[in-house]
Amino acid sequence: MRFRFPEMLALAVVCTGTCGCTRERRDLSDVPPSASIPRLTPSQYDRQYQSNAYAMSQGKHLFEWFNCVGCHAHGGGSIGPALMDADWIYGDDPQSIYQTILGGRPNGMPAFNGRISQTQAWQLVAYVRSLSGQASKSASPSRSDSLQLKEAEQSQPRQQMQPAAPASSQHQ
Amino acid sequence: MNHSALHPAGLHAAQIAHLGLTFLIVSCAVYVMVIGVLLAVLIRRRRRGSDPNTLSRSERRALIGVGVAVGITTVVVTALAISEFVTRRSLEQDTGEPLHVRIIGHQWWWEVQYSSDSGAGQVQTANELHIPVGRPVQLQMTSQDVIHSFWVPNLQGKRDLIPGRTTHISLVADQPGRYEGQCAEFCGFQHAKMRIVVDAQSPADFDAWRQVQLQSAREPVSDLERRGKQVFENSTCVMCHAIQGSLASGTIGPDLTHVGSRSSIAAGTLPNTPQTLVLWIANPSAVKPGTAMPSAALSGEDLRSLATYLASLK
Amino acid sequence: MSYPEENEAALHRTWSERPGWLGWLMAVNHRTIAKRYLVTTLLFFVAAGIMALLMRLQLARPENTFLDTDRYSQLFSMHGSVMMFLFAVPIMEAVGVYLVPLMVGARNIAFPRLNAFSYWIFLFGGLMFFAAFLLNTGPEAGWFSYVPLAGPDYSPGKRTDFWAQLITFTELSALVVSIEIIVTALKMRAPGMSLDRIPLLVWAEVVTAFMVIFAMPAVMLSSTFLITDRLVSTHFYNPAGGGDPLLWQHLFWFFGHPEVYIIFVPALGMISQIIPTFARRPVVGYLGLVMALVITAFLAFGLWVHHMFATGLPPLGMSFFTAASILIAIPTGLQIFCWIATLATGGQVRFATPLLFVIGFFFTFIIGGLTGVWLGSTTLDSQLHDTYFVVAHLHYVLIGGAIMPLFGAFYFWFPKVTGRLLSESLGKWNFWLFFIGFHVTFFPMHALGLDGMTRRIYTYGADRGWQELNLVATVGAFILAISVLVFIVNVIVSLRRGALAGDNPWNASTLEWATRSPPPPYNFQFIPVVESRDPLWQKGERRHVVGLSNEVRSVLITAIHDAQPDHTTTFPSPSLWPLLSALATTGLFVGSIFTPWAVLWGSIPVAVGLIGWFWPSHRETEINRRLEIKPESPAR
Repeated sequence: MRFRFPEMLALAVVCTGTCGCTRERRDLSDVPPSASIPRLTPSQYDRQYQSNAYAMSQGKHLFEWFNCVGCHAHGGGSIGPALMDADWIYGDDPQSIYQTILGGRPNGMPAFNGRISQTQAWQLVAYVRSLSGQASKSASPSRSDSLQLKEAEQSQPRQQMQPAAPASSQHQ
Repeated sequence: MNHSALHPAGLHAAQIAHLGLTFLIVSCAVYVMVIGVLLAVLIRRRRRGSDPNTLSRSERRALIGVGVAVGITTVVVTALAISEFVTRRSLEQDTGEPLHVRIIGHQWWWEVQYSSDSGAGQVQTANELHIPVGRPVQLQMTSQDVIHSFWVPNLQGKRDLIPGRTTHISLVADQPGRYEGQCAEFCGFQHAKMRIVVDAQSPADFDAWRQVQLQSAREPVSDLERRGKQVFENSTCVMCHAIQGSLASGTIGPDLTHVGSRSSIAAGTLPNTPQTLVLWIANPSAVKPGTAMPSAALSGEDLRSLATYLASLK
Repeated sequence: MSYPEENEAALHRTWSERPGWLGWLMAVNHRTIAKRYLVTTLLFFVAAGIMALLMRLQLARPENTFLDTDRYSQLFSMHGSVMMFLFAVPIMEAVGVYLVPLMVGARNIAFPRLNAFSYWIFLFGGLMFFAAFLLNTGPEAGWFSYVPLAGPDYSPGKRTDFWAQLITFTELSALVVSIEIIVTALKMRAPGMSLDRIPLLVWAEVVTAFMVIFAMPAVMLSSTFLITDRLVSTHFYNPAGGGDPLLWQHLFWFFGHPEVYIIFVPALGMISQIIPTFARRPVVGYLGLVMALVITAFLAFGLWVHHMFATGLPPLGMSFFTAASILIAIPTGLQIFCWIATLATGGQVRFATPLLFVIGFFFTFIIGGLTGVWLGSTTLDSQLHDTYFVVAHLHYVLIGGAIMPLFGAFYFWFPKVTGRLLSESLGKWNFWLFFIGFHVTFFPMHALGLDGMTRRIYTYGADRGWQELNLVATVGAFILAISVLVFIVNVIVSLRRGALAGDNPWNASTLEWATRSPPPPYNFQFIPVVESRDPLWQKGERRHVVGLSNEVRSVLITAIHDAQPDHTTTFPSPSLWPLLSALATTGLFVGSIFTPWAVLWGSIPVAVGLIGWFWPSHRETEINRRLEIKPESPAR
């Protein structure tokens, strides 16, 4: 019997597609709220949140728990602007969204500074960006165990950001 | 042994234990007999019998033996099945007016609601079930997320909490005491640390407890407690927790109106003292990795006052 | 038996595999493929065993920090999945793939290329699963993946998807092997081997194969629904969308309960071969044993709700499953009594290692069977379900009931497979360490379950009082591990220096012992004619079949009930297409974890592979046409 396992193993590793290391990490630690806005490098943010399935899944739960749906619905917007489209008033980069959530914005976006931890905020940022298809398909959340109100985030086509002027955002 | 099925403290668990004893005795007898025959057969020295008549006679005897053994087996298992049905029927009989309690499973804590009889208002607590001794308790259970399972071995068997369905189980305690159990269906990261405690009290004590639980939160008395209440209302706590009679009315996490009266925190993971409260609040994911509760950025003094305030909410 | 040389040389030419590494990839001989299965499944067994040792290390002390919750969940999910899907079922089928053709007097298993395909699918599925585990994408929701925990909302990422796809791989592999076993046992038996002369292991494998065919589709369906829930937002298991988490449980356990019998029943067949050999007499109660196997298989499909007794289903319905769960003790009991009767009426019992393991089966499995009756009672189960009592029970029945006989089978048939006997002294060490280690590990778990210790917990409080028994169990687990090490050492040493076995070292009675050890590529020089249930114990010269061509892979097909010769057919020669088709299928399966389009685009290589596989070869068609006897031409 001659063993072919090293070759077989290599084949299987290649076969399993995208590396699971980043996508599948479950980081169960939590960073408390901070007075100043932390700076994450793009690769740090990407590795820990945007490419991480657990982080976006948590973000999705928080989006429900913290009643973001009250103003933004499930991404389609009502009182607050839609989050699944290409219009970003204050920018779609993670740092801007983080600032939006923690510092609030004009026309009714509350400031959550001190109310949610940094980890939770970044999870929300990653989730919000997945609403417009900015996250990889395999890491984005799938459908939730509730009434189906929209397509799952993993099915969202990627939206190219278009900046929208604040004055024109009369949300009706 | 306050988490053992072999130490029943209620009618249901007692009947189950009794049935279990029956099964145990029968099983031991069967095992000893079968293994006994096997050993006797193996140990016996014998000649290599070459007479075909001898062989077929012993084979006939052996087949008769097999038939008898199968017959005995059939009778025994039928008897066991009948005793199980009889026990189950008797377990379904309930005497007395039951107390209705709703339990909702969450990852990784138990939400406990006492429905209001006679318009007295609803009791909302977590991870702890108080029941009056001698009165049957009807649990209506469901889950908010994944399947959990309610199990307090001293009192009753277990029942799953299934999202989208309501399950029921009845239990009754014969004697006062604290009976512990834990979630019995794998439910994620902290399935191992999702304990439930049933505190069986005399009817008078139970009524007194219930009266206290129906009231709004005790107002802070000392300066430290007042500071703690302020800290509570100004940090992450209010996003998820409620304290009746204060500004906090979050519905995501356990109700904290009477958190000081509970014997443990974090679903039985830590005993309930100001020190453990500090430990828990400062870094919940160190105590229960995976918990949804975030850490709060509180300094030593703020943290201490918060813990003192919460401990005062009896 | 003498072996005329020219006949043998022609048979060798016709039936040998192609040489070289290409020939290795093209192999279609059932024994070659079975040996591959055996080696691969044993490697998976060792891997899953190491995972169990890691878990036992974590649980040896309360509030231990050796493994965190995520790693622990992955380990118990992997341990269960690998043991059930990649070890237990495939190895039992592998024993069948090796022995069934030999025992019925055939030259190969039915559908040899399909057999090769099944191995490649199994291997690729297993490698995919381990690769996923090493890349932190192993399953985390148990081997049974209950929804909603394993659903899209509570199991983010691709972990559960790899688990669900493993099911697809292993069930496809098991299904095709089952078809081969049934066809071989029913249509390729040596002339004269009527239904009541079929060896009991063959009966067991056939019954198991039928169970596979009826059970596997349920789990393939349920895992497919899970994949679609997770990938394309179906709502099979979502109450808010009209689905139900209990649908998963019903579909899974409809498969899951027969699954454990799929693992157990072949072991019953192995015992039925080993005991008569060492009791030196034919088995007592052959008809009863066959009926017991068949009845067990039927009853096995009527038990599944006993895994769901805690879900609050209506009591009347659950009573049916209690009755069936308790009733299945009867056919199992019948078999045990027949075996004891065989030992009682035989000659002086020979206590070789295979029999020691079978005796270990009696001591162990009967405990597991009895605790199974406890768990069949809804009342008792309400206390015992999902506790360490069930962990004890399942290991008692699976290890005691299936793995101990399997080890006995290893010691019994190793001489046939390799030509050398395993060392008896190492065998006795193997057995006693295994037996003691097993009971030390699992017996305390009965008490732990009764004391409130639930399953699948990565740690427990020091105030629970569970640490002593857990430590004992951990020590036992390491004793078990040492016994497996002794077995591996025994295999390695005996392969080189074991005593030469000859054709029939145990003086057994079935056909596989009538040929050389190891058998030549064509199994038997002449297909034997069978005139009794124990052909090798029958006095006088045995007849054999003549007239089969040695130039092509000619196989005699016989009638189902009395094995009268019906026609001959030509079996396929070695081919690379099964491997290529398996690679294509793997691509389709793995791709569909990530995108539904893989099902569409991935089916193109699969179609190419299958077309290549079935494309007729000119050379073989010419030979067949030349050998064909037409009605009007004179008989050859």
